[in-house]
Amino acid sequence: MPEASNSAAPLGKVIPLDRRPAPVPVPDAPATPVPDWERKVAHGLAFLRRRLTGDYEVDDFGFDSELTENVLLPPLRPLYDSWFRVETRGLANVPDTGGALVVANHSGAIPLDAVMTALALLDHHPAHRHLRMLGADLVFRLPVVAPLARKAGNTLACNADAERLLTAGELVGVWPEGFKGIGKPFSERYKLQRFGRGGFVNAALKTGVPIIPCSIVGAEETYPMLGNAKTLARLLGLPYAPITPFFPWLGLLGAVPLPSKWIIEFGEPIETAHLGGPAAAEDPMLVFNLTDQVRETIQSTLYTLLMQRRSVFF
Amino acid sequence: MPPASPRVVLVTGVSRYLGSRLAAVLSRDPSVERIVGVDTVPPTAELRTAMGRTEFVRADIRNPLIAKVIAEAQVDTVVHMNVIATPSGAGGRTAMKEINVIGTMQLLAACQKAPSMRKLVVKSTTAIYGSSPRDPALFTEDVEPRSLPKSGYAKDAVEVEGYVRGFGRRRPDVTLSLLRFTNFIGPRIPSTLTRYFALPVVPTVLGFDPRIQLCHEDDGIEVLRRMTTEEHPGIYNVGGPGVLLLSQAIRRLGKPSVPVIAPAVSLVATAFRRAGLVDISPEQMRYLEHGRVADVSRLSRELGGGPRSTADAFADYIAHAATGTRPFDPVRLAELEQRALALLPSRRPAESGAVHA
Repeated sequence: MPEASNSAAPLGKVIPLDRRPAPVPVPDAPATPVPDWERKVAHGLAFLRRRLTGDYEVDDFGFDSELTENVLLPPLRPLYDSWFRVETRGLANVPDTGGALVVANHSGAIPLDAVMTALALLDHHPAHRHLRMLGADLVFRLPVVAPLARKAGNTLACNADAERLLTAGELVGVWPEGFKGIGKPFSERYKLQRFGRGGFVNAALKTGVPIIPCSIVGAEETYPMLGNAKTLARLLGLPYAPITPFFPWLGLLGAVPLPSKWIIEFGEPIETAHLGGPAAAEDPMLVFNLTDQVRETIQSTLYTLLMQRRSVFF
Repeated sequence: MPPASPRVVLVTGVSRYLGSRLAAVLSRDPSVERIVGVDTVPPTAELRTAMGRTEFVRADIRNPLIAKVIAEAQVDTVVHMNVIATPSGAGGRTAMKEINVIGTMQLLAACQKAPSMRKLVVKSTTAIYGSSPRDPALFTEDVEPRSLPKSGYAKDAVEVEGYVRGFGRRRPDVTLSLLRFTNFIGPRIPSTLTRYFALPVVPTVLGFDPRIQLCHEDDGIEVLRRMTTEEHPGIYNVGGPGVLLLSQAIRRLGKPSVPVIAPAVSLVATAFRRAGLVDISPEQMRYLEHGRVADVSRLSRELGGGPRSTADAFADYIAHAATGTRPFDPVRLAELEQRALALLPSRRPAESGAVHA
């Protein structure tokens, strides 16, 4: 679709700014080998100059891949590697190219599970794919959070955006439980909530991309939500205000997530291409059934993973 | 269907920048027999010369007199460009609404009565889509906006479009092209946005960084010209493909920006208006928070191309507009980088003038 590449895909070309000095030619062989630290300094300076002069590309959604890879994600890697010791399974189920819809369970008061899934796919998938996540409108209403979410490649959870990204061949992530999942009490851990209205299945059917069920174990225990300060939440305009054994009692220290051991499993893709395209999306029964199928798959995988897990923290 | 080429074109809002530019372009087109320009105020001498053989009629489109102009000149094509964006450009919000809404009603009433009418081109705005955190990333022409604009220019434009649709129903024989333009940018066009970027320190809303989409003035005129002289019925978003983040645009411009906390934004905007620097309306303040991007693929399919990209349009603006002092000029920062690199030990010897850029 040529018009799709025109509007939805990131512009592949670099648009030179006027009056930028011509690049200085690099010598064929430097007389003395350039020390490694100097190369790093040169890289750092070039990066800084690009950032300060706006010399980088963002796509139509505001996704800034350079910022995401170099600034936003690196501070989260220690959390991924050392704190949660995330183990990934079934990464081969995620295609190397083309559109696909990753559907996962949501938990843990703040969407760390989404960030960790994105990191798993970028760092550990052979094709190093960016996960373009769909977020609630609250995310895009909050100052500071809104622009960061856009720059990290996320967009509003609506069918128009989902279809646009999938048509452009992006890997899209969706957490259909939404606030019901992420803000549920600890007593209901690993019990999947209602999967929205099946909007994500609609988007997949219309674009004919596979749905990849993704089950995340460990995120539930990061912030065990014992209570919900509903009045405070209403005052702040938030869907919930978590009370955990440590938060808000220990202040900032209480906001440190518990170091639970995580497993992220990507399941077998559920193909939708053969189901009949946009016409199939008009069949509510098919949409409901497919939604249930995805939900059941994730739920049963969660139970299997929980059985295999030795303890919450190891 | 008779040949597409129009014989007599009437351009409203011809004393304004874009109206006069379009009149100038049409007057150089030999296939157009007559160009009649209408406005309440006469154009400046400079614009008048540029408009060539355009005949200027000083008339108020709020007045039924306009019907006489259309009938006497046997106008077959009307380009309606008289929807004003800023109250200061019209002498207050009341006058602005009068000109925008009542003016359009009168004009369309006159067009409906004119048997010679064959084509109507209306310049509208993507501002009708509003600006909110609940909007899709890109607006297509048929999207239902989540929050209809409640005031100002955008609301006028929504009403204007309503009347235009009504006209379309009553005169199905008239080709109707409704163009929703994004913000204009360019070396010469006076607009809220160019005045905003020309400020010595550019104010932004703290904690927000909207995506902006721009249309180069020359490309906008070219789209208007083709819509006027060719047959392209329908509604089109008109703007450059691609986006810039506001912060990115300001950095490319090389200017400092100062974030203003959201509750203070309207105070700052009032101060700027009083000082005569720039007139930022409430819906433009929301734009500075959430931005707005339109899908322009329908236009590029129809015309086989379209305006240059947002980034290119902005680069042309930086290169050719009078934007004032630019302390963080990219050229200067690149020089600083080179100077810093020259300090590295391995590059200090005389022969190593070359550096990795």
